[in-house]
Amino acid sequence: MSHEKANSLESARARLAGTRGREFWRSLEELAGDPSFQEVLEREFPAGASEWGEGLDRRRFLQLAAASLAFAGLSACTRQPLESIVPYVRQPEEIVPGRPRLFATAMTLGGYASGLLVESHEGRPTKIEGNPEHPATQGATDVFAQALILGLYDPDRSQLVLEAGEISTWARFIARMSAALPALQANGGAGIRILTGTVTSPTLGEQIRALRTRFPKMGWVQYEPVSRDGARLGARLAFGVPVETRYDFAKADVVVSLDADFLVEGPASVRYARNFAANRRVRVGHERMIRLYAVESTPTATASLADHRLGVPPSEVPFLVWALAAEIGVTGVELPKALPEERARFIREAAADLQRNSGHGIVIPGDYAPAEVHVLAHAINERLGNVGTTVLRTDPVEVEPVDQVASLSTLVDDMRAGRVDLLAIVGENPVFDAPADLEFKEALLKVPLRLHLALEEDETSQYCHWHLPEAHPLEAWSDARAYDGTVTVMQPLIEPLYGGRSAHEFLSVFLDDPPRRGLEILREHWRLMAGREDFETLWRQSLHDGFVVGSVFGPRKFALRKPAAAEAVSAIRAAARDATAAAATAGGAPTDRFEIVFRPDPTIHDGRFANNGWLQELPKPLSKMTWDNAAYLAPAAARRLGVASGDLVAIEAGGRAIEAPAWILPGHPDGAVTVHFGYGRTACGRVGKGTGFDAYPLRSSAAMWSHPGGTIFKIPGRRDLACTQEHFAMEGRDLVRVGTIARFQKDPEFARKMEEAPGRDLNLYPGFNYEGHAWGVSIDLSVCTGCNACVVACVAENNIPVVGKDQVRRGREMHWLRVDRYYEGDSESPDAHMQPVMCMQCEQAPCEVVCPVGATSHSSEGLNDMVYNRCVGTRYCSNNCPYKVRRFNFLQYSDEKTPVLKLGRNPDVTVRSRGVMEKCTYCVQRINAARIAAEKEDRPIRDGEIKTACQQACPTQAIVFGDINDAQSRVARLKAEPANYGLMEHLNTRPRTTYLAKLRNPNPDLEPEKT
Amino acid sequence: MAQIFHRSTNTISRVSIYAAVFIAAGLAWVLMALDRSPYTTRQGIVLGQPVPFSHEHHVSGLGIDCRYCHTSVETSWFAGMPPTATCMNCHKLIWKDSDMLEPVRASLREGRPIVWTRVHDLPDFVYFDHSIHVAKGIGCASCHGRVDEMPLMRQSAPLQMEWCLDCHRHPERRVRPRDQVFDLAWQPVDQATLGARLVREYGIRSARDLTSCSTCHR
Amino acid sequence: MKDKPPLIAPGYTSATVTDKISAVVLRGTPRWWFAAFGAAFLLVMLFLFTLGHLFLKGVGIYGVNIPVGWGWDITNFVWWIGIGHAGTLISAILLLLRQEWRNSINRFAEAMTLFAVACAGVFPVVHLGRPWVMYWLFPYPSTMGVWPQFRSPLVWDVFAVSTYATISLLFWFVGLIPDLATLRDRSRNRFARIVYGMLAMGWRGSARHWHNYESAYLMLAGLATPLVVSVHSVVSFDFAVGIIPGWHSTIFPPYFVAGAIFSGFAMVLTLAIPLRALFGLEDFITDRHLQNMAKVMLATGLIVGYGYFIEIFMAWYGDNKYDMYMTVNRMLGPYAFQFWSLIACNVVVPQLLWIKRARRSPAFLFVIAIVVNIGMWLERYVIIVTSLHRDFLPSSWGMYSGTIWDYSTFIGTIGVFLALMFLFIRFLPMISIFEMRAILPEAKVEGGKE
Repeated sequence: MSHEKANSLESARARLAGTRGREFWRSLEELAGDPSFQEVLEREFPAGASEWGEGLDRRRFLQLAAASLAFAGLSACTRQPLESIVPYVRQPEEIVPGRPRLFATAMTLGGYASGLLVESHEGRPTKIEGNPEHPATQGATDVFAQALILGLYDPDRSQLVLEAGEISTWARFIARMSAALPALQANGGAGIRILTGTVTSPTLGEQIRALRTRFPKMGWVQYEPVSRDGARLGARLAFGVPVETRYDFAKADVVVSLDADFLVEGPASVRYARNFAANRRVRVGHERMIRLYAVESTPTATASLADHRLGVPPSEVPFLVWALAAEIGVTGVELPKALPEERARFIREAAADLQRNSGHGIVIPGDYAPAEVHVLAHAINERLGNVGTTVLRTDPVEVEPVDQVASLSTLVDDMRAGRVDLLAIVGENPVFDAPADLEFKEALLKVPLRLHLALEEDETSQYCHWHLPEAHPLEAWSDARAYDGTVTVMQPLIEPLYGGRSAHEFLSVFLDDPPRRGLEILREHWRLMAGREDFETLWRQSLHDGFVVGSVFGPRKFALRKPAAAEAVSAIRAAARDATAAAATAGGAPTDRFEIVFRPDPTIHDGRFANNGWLQELPKPLSKMTWDNAAYLAPAAARRLGVASGDLVAIEAGGRAIEAPAWILPGHPDGAVTVHFGYGRTACGRVGKGTGFDAYPLRSSAAMWSHPGGTIFKIPGRRDLACTQEHFAMEGRDLVRVGTIARFQKDPEFARKMEEAPGRDLNLYPGFNYEGHAWGVSIDLSVCTGCNACVVACVAENNIPVVGKDQVRRGREMHWLRVDRYYEGDSESPDAHMQPVMCMQCEQAPCEVVCPVGATSHSSEGLNDMVYNRCVGTRYCSNNCPYKVRRFNFLQYSDEKTPVLKLGRNPDVTVRSRGVMEKCTYCVQRINAARIAAEKEDRPIRDGEIKTACQQACPTQAIVFGDINDAQSRVARLKAEPANYGLMEHLNTRPRTTYLAKLRNPNPDLEPEKT
Repeated sequence: MAQIFHRSTNTISRVSIYAAVFIAAGLAWVLMALDRSPYTTRQGIVLGQPVPFSHEHHVSGLGIDCRYCHTSVETSWFAGMPPTATCMNCHKLIWKDSDMLEPVRASLREGRPIVWTRVHDLPDFVYFDHSIHVAKGIGCASCHGRVDEMPLMRQSAPLQMEWCLDCHRHPERRVRPRDQVFDLAWQPVDQATLGARLVREYGIRSARDLTSCSTCHR
Repeated sequence: MKDKPPLIAPGYTSATVTDKISAVVLRGTPRWWFAAFGAAFLLVMLFLFTLGHLFLKGVGIYGVNIPVGWGWDITNFVWWIGIGHAGTLISAILLLLRQEWRNSINRFAEAMTLFAVACAGVFPVVHLGRPWVMYWLFPYPSTMGVWPQFRSPLVWDVFAVSTYATISLLFWFVGLIPDLATLRDRSRNRFARIVYGMLAMGWRGSARHWHNYESAYLMLAGLATPLVVSVHSVVSFDFAVGIIPGWHSTIFPPYFVAGAIFSGFAMVLTLAIPLRALFGLEDFITDRHLQNMAKVMLATGLIVGYGYFIEIFMAWYGDNKYDMYMTVNRMLGPYAFQFWSLIACNVVVPQLLWIKRARRSPAFLFVIAIVVNIGMWLERYVIIVTSLHRDFLPSSWGMYSGTIWDYSTFIGTIGVFLALMFLFIRFLPMISIFEMRAILPEAKVEGGKE
């Protein structure tokens, strides 16, 4: 990179050299327009001593001094360059130029589908929403779905078929395969292995079945670094057969979470969050709240809503579950000995609560919890009679549930033994993310023919003979099942940008001659599946809806094996014994001994999103860190180790060690350290390179999600981490106003009374009166999980640029909407509070009066309009904004050089250039679109017709936008709620964004009401 | 000692002191004028096009309705540019060998679109919506002028913000009956009363609404 | 005046006074001048380089961020404007107050004012995100059909500062006319005579000339006087109008003005003391002058100190938790060092001026003047940065520190200031010749006779 830059600078200089006098000026203007020079100008990372490296030599100086004049001159003249219009040659009927269209499709993560609705402008997908009809999303999304769009246009995606690193073509590949296959077929394909992720796609399953008929002895391996082996194994142990468990929080009153981040992570989290929130919201007249107990080995966003939280090291979790089972009275389970009173009490009360609400309770084990926990959870739910009402058991959603670690290790053994002639890796990156003890790479190199189909040229493709570009989910035909079994259609929104092909088309190379296209494959399988005459109508209907109506798995009865619980308990005992034995032999001072918790990164998951700038710059829900991962430690542990956040520590487990920056996370259980996977990618695009550290080396097939005996110690050095919120305390200011439901019932207006708001007549300038609409937003803090979906949605909708780690560290992140996180209580187990903050659209806005050019001014409907093209960039408005929601383009942040990125931008929102202020607009482009539509039909805008991007994405529907002049609108009614309050209202800013106080529903027996 | 200055310099200096004021004022005026001149706005300037398409001939000559080519003017922010196919509807029959139309035929033959030069070009930070203006009774001619009298297309209005605002502040001066929107030759009898009435009938929003920044800028 | 030492050493006649002062301009350039000017000019080049880099890359090269949207840029602006106060104060107000001792220092004090204001004017432009459209702050009939937003203190600044600059320039120039004529008549070099001649605008020193001159000069003095107060009051509005704790304070205007005069006199001393030594003008800029200026500094310094005290008192007395936090944060927070050093520089050190011997020693005064200059810069830095970096929502608190480009811009303007100053003392009489003649004993004796 830098080398190229140097060249470009050289060339720019060369261009300047030998120009004199009048000519000199012309060349300077050319220079100003010269892309290579632009790159030099807009180089990232401003300031710093490095800048002087460029030197003060004469030409460079002249460039700068004179080109700056040129700039001033150009800008003073308002004349525009000529543009051109390019109409279609033949215009498709359904397209109305300038009108976006919506298509139903889906994305999969960990194999499970979530239904999406994608907005497309003249064939360019620009924005992703949840599919309102789809059971898994119901119109909302998680962060990954929102960021999918950037992944589609990622310029670093693999674009070439590579044979041994040399550019090749699909045709050549197909030829080679058809040449190679007969030989392999001879012995029934015994040498063929196919490695995929978790597969729920009926069509893909069908193809693999077909492959097996052609190659009876071939092997199919499923492995993903983040999969639900615990759940699968637990089900087998409990029922003897694979069983899928799903939960209905709409019917639940008490939930006990066992190390489960069920509101934020996992295939059903969006749906769960929706139902959970619906059951937790309190309104006058509806004053019931679902209660949440959380037992966890590492702080989760979900637990920020917990009424009672118990943080313990991972090895303790099974004991607590065991105790819970005993308290509930699961047959064959005795109370474990020596449980600390505080924990015993927690379990006791939780159990009592569950029993009081039998049939309306849920005990939900985390996907990463060990099988025993799942078994006991099954037993507990069974015992409580929750099964059938709140806990539903169905056939497995996966095509073929397997113990993925086991199947991967068999593959590795086969490879080592030379039993594998051809390995086809479909969309996975095992060289990077397989358990370290398997030493996958070394085994892989023993395979004579290695094929790799993937979205990017990653660590694995380096070691494969063939690398084949995979089609992005938005480019391909496919199908998959949602968490509840619903068959979901995935249709392409755009032809593959980089000539990629889908998994279906890849497998078809081995099945069909000639290979078939995705649509063909999909339709044929569906025709068989449907087996109906009116296949076309089914097809069209499903394509339109995005899923097959009624394909959901109905709940079934599964008999719980009697001894299962008892076996689980003895397994827990055994595990504990081994752990203590290991600890005894392990070296290192006992103070250094830590249990290690492994988790997928909250924003870049297992590493597959490492090159996605939106997700990289997305603050982690709890630490608010960006562009990095860290070793999360309890404050007490950090004190013992003598480390501060950012100090490097070495973590060692099972003979392997890594270096990581420490991060002090309040509420993290002492005696454990949490590391997140996904960072430390060595072979990935420009964005992900050099971010964070790789935690996979610590992972072994025996200890996938936690390691009982790691050691950790401080080593010299620091890593500067980019965190968007350094200060966690509220400093006694009533920002997030929290109260128990009991207090609310005693005094519904308690939140409002915390701070006096000035009378409406206090006003220096004549106030505004809003005859027409008056837009406002209400945010319910009782249900905000801080999942960040709103933030990414805002980024996607409003063309918000990515600024990079260095700029974030300088406090220049551009997010219009941020989720503030505060802690309350002692640092070892504090309550975490989430508070989304966007522009408050104050009715008396401090920003408006100070702008010298009126670039931010009051609209007739009460918006603080921000006019980028009028802004001169004094930053006075931001200084004077008490909420600090304004963002400034200190440099040229939005990438105007990469053509492919232009396709993905929202054409209804200006792409801001350097030197202008920007901020949340309440998605004014959506407001205007709705207004124009309504006025053309001579009707008023309906309530709910306009949804802001954040509101639409929010899984818990915590954000509501609407017209507060319309007393019947949802937002107006919410603002009438007694728990409604405005942030910093005492400043008399009259914010249009207000909050509903955060209510908790603690168990009186555990936390007596303070009076 | 010898005088360096002739006595006339007294007069010169006095005059120049006063003149300075006027020179400054003059300069300012020139800048203002330049900023509004066709050089800056391209008002009334004919730009080169791949095909010398004559609105005069097609509109007043053949009486083709605006919407025959600009199909989405009532439904979208973009009025729509006719695809090559639309041109060829007629020109596969008439003038089918004319050299002037070769680019059009080539376009259809090779499936390559015709690249027109944009005549009415608002800055990219302005979000103008044709459909709503048409729906509220703003005639094509109000912004585009007498297109039916233009052999070659040119921009007839300055299209500068002050010009936009003039109408957004006083819509009643420009609004016309909806059924007259596409009649380029339409002339009001008594705009004062008509305008006031139509503003009411069409529910055209108040000047304060129409001049809110976010009406056009986002 | 009996007890006071004379404002001009004994034994001078109008002729000798004229010789001595005009000699500085008319006789050959001393070697040190080239060295000094060369050094200053290098800094000017640094300044231009920084501007070029700034315009090409954007204001992001500075240390500013969210929440701290202003830093060195506005600090420097206020600092320079403040310095630009002494000149007009000395010239106008002291003139109206018939303070004759001003006559020997007003000329270069005014020059200093002009150059300081010029330097100050740089920063409102360079701190912008889009400097090339800064003309939008001026009211003119634009094609956008919109005007500046007149409720904004920044627009008030535009008027206040530009008016101040204009009046100061006129005042300075009018004051120069008789001396320009003197130079015209005395210089041998034809070119010089033409230039000085044009600038002298045909001054012949006739009674009518003197009559018009006096009235014009008085009128301008009258115009300038309110400006001395208004400019820095308006500048202080930039902060006082804001709602940020530490800005939102009614005491700002008076204590900003006092601070401005404080720093202004400090800068006059900083320049006067070396100059009179270099050109041997101790006879004209006597120790008594220095003492008087020291007294003014002491007085204004006390006012400033009072301002600091009242700010803190009000935070406690007002019992507003945000103001209170801000105050404590200033004194004990991450920027405590800057705060306490500003107190030391602006409140503690100037107290030494109570001592007569301190006031008598030029060297000592020079040091104090420098210290005060630093202190006043720190004051603005503390007001701007500590107020912004921790305002209302702890979630968005942040830190600020200048970058190398902040430094180079500031040093650059100092270079511009010095370069202009050196040109001034080289080509124009740095002490008003005719006004000095007016305070000669002989002028006294002969009364009003011309």
